[in-house]
Amino acid sequence: MNRISKTTRSNSLTYAGVIAAFIILQIMTGTGSISSSLKGQLVPICAYVVMAISLNLTVGISGELSLGHAGFMSVGAFSGVVAAMSLQQAIPLAPLRLAVSMVVAGIFAGFAGVLVGIPVLRLKGDYLAIVTLAFGEIIKSIVNNLYVGVDGGGLHFAMLKNANSLGLEEGGKVIINGPMGISGITKISTFTAGFVLILFTLFIVFNLVKSRTGRAIMAIRDNRIAAESVGIGVTKYKLIAFVTSAVLAGMAGALFAMNYSTIVASKFDFNTSILILVFVVLGGLGNMWGSIIAATVLTILPEALRSFSDYRMLVYSIVLIIVMLATNNPLIKNFLGDIRNRLFKPKRNKKLEGGGTNE
Amino acid sequence: MTFLTYLIKGISLGSIYAIIALGYTMVYGIAKMLNFAHGDVIMVGAYICFYAMMSFGLPPVVAVILAMIVCTVLGVVIERLAYKPLRAAPSLAVLITAIGVSYFLQNAAQLLWTTNPKVFTSVVGDGSVKFFGGQLSISYVTIVTIAACLIIMVALVWFTSKTKMGKAMRACSEDKGAAQLMGINVNTTISVTFAIGAALAAIAGVLLCSAYPTLMPTTGSMPGIKAFTAAVFGGIGSIPGALVGGILLGIIEIFANAYISTELSNAIVFAVLIIVLIVRPAGLLGKQTNEKV
Repeated sequence: MNRISKTTRSNSLTYAGVIAAFIILQIMTGTGSISSSLKGQLVPICAYVVMAISLNLTVGISGELSLGHAGFMSVGAFSGVVAAMSLQQAIPLAPLRLAVSMVVAGIFAGFAGVLVGIPVLRLKGDYLAIVTLAFGEIIKSIVNNLYVGVDGGGLHFAMLKNANSLGLEEGGKVIINGPMGISGITKISTFTAGFVLILFTLFIVFNLVKSRTGRAIMAIRDNRIAAESVGIGVTKYKLIAFVTSAVLAGMAGALFAMNYSTIVASKFDFNTSILILVFVVLGGLGNMWGSIIAATVLTILPEALRSFSDYRMLVYSIVLIIVMLATNNPLIKNFLGDIRNRLFKPKRNKKLEGGGTNE
Repeated sequence: MTFLTYLIKGISLGSIYAIIALGYTMVYGIAKMLNFAHGDVIMVGAYICFYAMMSFGLPPVVAVILAMIVCTVLGVVIERLAYKPLRAAPSLAVLITAIGVSYFLQNAAQLLWTTNPKVFTSVVGDGSVKFFGGQLSISYVTIVTIAACLIIMVALVWFTSKTKMGKAMRACSEDKGAAQLMGINVNTTISVTFAIGAALAAIAGVLLCSAYPTLMPTTGSMPGIKAFTAAVFGGIGSIPGALVGGILLGIIEIFANAYISTELSNAIVFAVLIIVLIVRPAGLLGKQTNEKV
């Protein structure tokens, strides 16, 4: 066991945890012992988990605060749905169509990531945060005024007018209808697809973090000037992290959108970005397993608090504040640490002794 | 003449942004935190003023003062309960806490005052002043807003440069440890900063709702984000920067609205922000600091 490095072990535990959760949930769905509200949330949970992991790559691993992650989700959601709808005839097989549209979504979101990343990554700290926020709002405004239709001649685009200005041929179909978003989406997202996407995301992120590139990214996070002085190209590596994160977010967006019959741009606003950031921070920066747990629990929590009815969001916000205070206040932290020490001290001593005899 | 009308409208909206931005910028300067709950304090201020006038029939001036007092207390309580325990915590933890406070205020407002939009009655009456034989009319709200913004700005500059507490604030934002060694009570100073920011937020809330009379629990969030943008635009931490940033943002927004596209005005505002930050990474009036190892 000691020969396997600590990160490899925790990474494989994360994979194992996700697979176990999937199997348990599949069995529960099969036996019908799962509530219908939770069943409906499975795909959104998967999408939020992927969002949280990908944002954790930006915030936790690369150390850049992004407040516009939902923007990439939006780009992915809309491009993915447009792809899926225009390929309806070409690819009749739903899972394959979903996969193709996710790839399209990833490409578009990645492109947006490059577009935003190049200017934005020159900024630092809170300035970067505000620009990503601004970007998220810009995406929202643009998608809100975008009209896309499809007919025999291919895709048609229009901005700021109305669906009639698309000039569609007879039998053409409006896909994105400005502020009304997309309606009549064929729901092809499944829990299995979400599960595969989570595994894919974990695979990408873990391998990126473990690689030379990942070490460079973390070196820049820890000390930019020192990293620069040993010849690490700051912009390049920051951009790699940022764009990877955007691509994954885009794929999550496509998964998310194709779980609903309608989707509007205002769904992916500042509050969604913040929600995902909350997952990341509560789960622990750089800790992917933490992000998964936080995203799952916090997506279920508002539903679970339904018995509080009107008070649920109030309870949610209070829980959020208390958790932040409890995990970050030095007084409470020391107190919890004390308890932990007292509880686990005998065990730890034993371990130490065991280590001693090995030598 | 329409150009002038839009310009004045922009300056007026910008003045509101500037007053809100002051709250952001002062708190950021001293506590180095983005206080996302600030926008919701605006909303609370507007509601207090609304109910003071509607339910208790208080005169507008008294209602505004009451709103300021309530918001000041609220600001200090928030700071003491939620932010003070996190003084040494990483900035992201404080940011999330601030977001939690923002959710809390919005949802508490929803429970207390329901989501039904209220129609806010202007605190200064509906009339307007006419110039050039009626071609240019400026409403009282606009005049009062711009005047309030100027008075607040002058008062704040005087406060931070001349009074003992103001100097303490600047000292704390420069170097908290050194300030403490000089006998400045850092905690009190931070509380006072929050108090001033919250009182300004109350004024901004009343002015905002006098000009745009729909009041809902989410009324504060978008102006809050815009004002935050304005603070960054002008250089966060700088008081004149908040004024410049706020007013420019207001003018850009109104002009974009009038001449380019109503739907895209927000996008244009944010695009200008991005361009400014790329050219001047510390904002228009922000201090460029060199990083050292």
